[in-house]
Amino acid sequence: MVSFFSNLINGLSLGSIYAIIAIGYTMVYGIAKMLNFAHGDIIMIGAYIAFSVITSLGLPTGLGILAAILGCMVLGICIEKIAYRPLRGAGSSLAVLITAIGVSYFLQNTALLIFGSNPKMFTPIIPFKYMTVKIGEFSFQTISAISIVVGIILVILLQTFINRTKWGQGMLACAQDRGAASLMGISVNGTISLTFAIGSAMAGIAGVLLCSAYPTLSPYTGAMPGIKAFVAAVFGGIGSIPGAMVGGLLLGVIEILSKSYISSQLSDAIVFAVLIVVLLVKPTGLMGKKIQEKV
Amino acid sequence: MAMLTVKDLKVNYGVIPALKGISFEVGEGEVIALIGANGAGKTTTLHAITGLVPVASGKIEFMGNDITKTPAHTIVGMGMAHVPEGRRVFPEMTVYQNLMLGAYTRKDPSEKERTLEEVYTHFPRLRERAKQIAGTLSGGEQQMLAMGRALMSKPSILLMDEPSMGLSPIFVAEIFSIIEKVAAEGKTVLLVEQNAKKALSIATRAYVLETGDITMEGPAKDLLNNDSIRKAYLGE
Repeated sequence: MVSFFSNLINGLSLGSIYAIIAIGYTMVYGIAKMLNFAHGDIIMIGAYIAFSVITSLGLPTGLGILAAILGCMVLGICIEKIAYRPLRGAGSSLAVLITAIGVSYFLQNTALLIFGSNPKMFTPIIPFKYMTVKIGEFSFQTISAISIVVGIILVILLQTFINRTKWGQGMLACAQDRGAASLMGISVNGTISLTFAIGSAMAGIAGVLLCSAYPTLSPYTGAMPGIKAFVAAVFGGIGSIPGAMVGGLLLGVIEILSKSYISSQLSDAIVFAVLIVVLLVKPTGLMGKKIQEKV
Repeated sequence: MAMLTVKDLKVNYGVIPALKGISFEVGEGEVIALIGANGAGKTTTLHAITGLVPVASGKIEFMGNDITKTPAHTIVGMGMAHVPEGRRVFPEMTVYQNLMLGAYTRKDPSEKERTLEEVYTHFPRLRERAKQIAGTLSGGEQQMLAMGRALMSKPSILLMDEPSMGLSPIFVAEIFSIIEKVAAEGKTVLLVEQNAKKALSIATRAYVLETGDITMEGPAKDLLNNDSIRKAYLGE
């Protein structure tokens, strides 16, 4: 029982990280109508920024986290402006998709060039002596609890931002009808930049959390979590923020539980099998909207 | 001076010309009807004015400013609201949220509330349905919402694209009586319609558009009595 609870907490913690990444994926998809396959690599860049500031420069942890968030934000805005915007309205979503894959390789290879292929040991943001929490006979990693709390806070902040602010409403309007949104005075380009900024900032946070829980950092660190988060977003219903949250959490829990109770080698296969089953039963994902075919 | 002047406007879709150099004017307080068959370029004209399609050549002036290349999202702040064809309400938002997005560029909340009251007075049905999701409204109600949303920006000119499309005769009559009311309050209206009879009955002047060219213009009453118009557009 005790080990089940630790596994559950580990699962929820990994799931929260997936959820934070998945929300970025899903927001960009909902508003810019594209799959940003470079999203996972932004996580890796965020982690390298934090690593450089905290470990290489020896500056305070808080500063490293802040630098990762801001750095990813700027990176996200630049990627959108340079790589994706010129293709918008070109009519081919395939071109944007291929470009996104290109950006992903570009980021990985840039990191390879700067930091080399040897994995770096990431200094966890939690000091060593506070690394684990013990409650009775029951113990778990502090970073797990932090990941879960950060995940919840971010979702609440984001929902409040979207539902309560003018910019948030503008984002919703763009997601539903770009042309009509621009007639309301909403700048579509500005809104898409904002979406990339928010999504990438969240990826930066996810990078720091991920590398604090699993402290090896390489240029490919973001690739697998990126794909998993994409799966989580599809799982929950792509375009839906609550869906990405639920999808991320479920994915994390399924992954950790199958690692502990079934097989650590088969865990990814199980995760993807569950995805296939969900999509067979409900093709729009758990919380996805019905897609109406226009006649 | 005219409020809106379009001079020799050309728009192409790829190699196909949609507008072949049209010119017209909308004076302050006028209700101008732009009538014509399907594919004549009526919607394209409105899209070119509000910046939704790029202009190939020509000039569009609004209240003395050249808006030929002004991006769509800055037009509404200049006092021009566009009620697009097919209504284009935000389907997953409530009626109230839709209306508030109409006032996106406005700052003063108490001013917005006052305009909201005005809109609710024009469309009591929208007040009743303020919390309803817009996608679940009937076509006529959505048209009212689209119009109300445009009025929320407190425009000096209202561009309306096919407001009668797909509506039952009762709703058509209601929408047109509201357009008349709005015009009577001093708003300028540029109305694009396939329902020529209805449009000409409330317009001051009208232009007839045929495959990208303006072929006729004049006071609405004269056009309503013109034989070739009666034959081509009024089904008589």
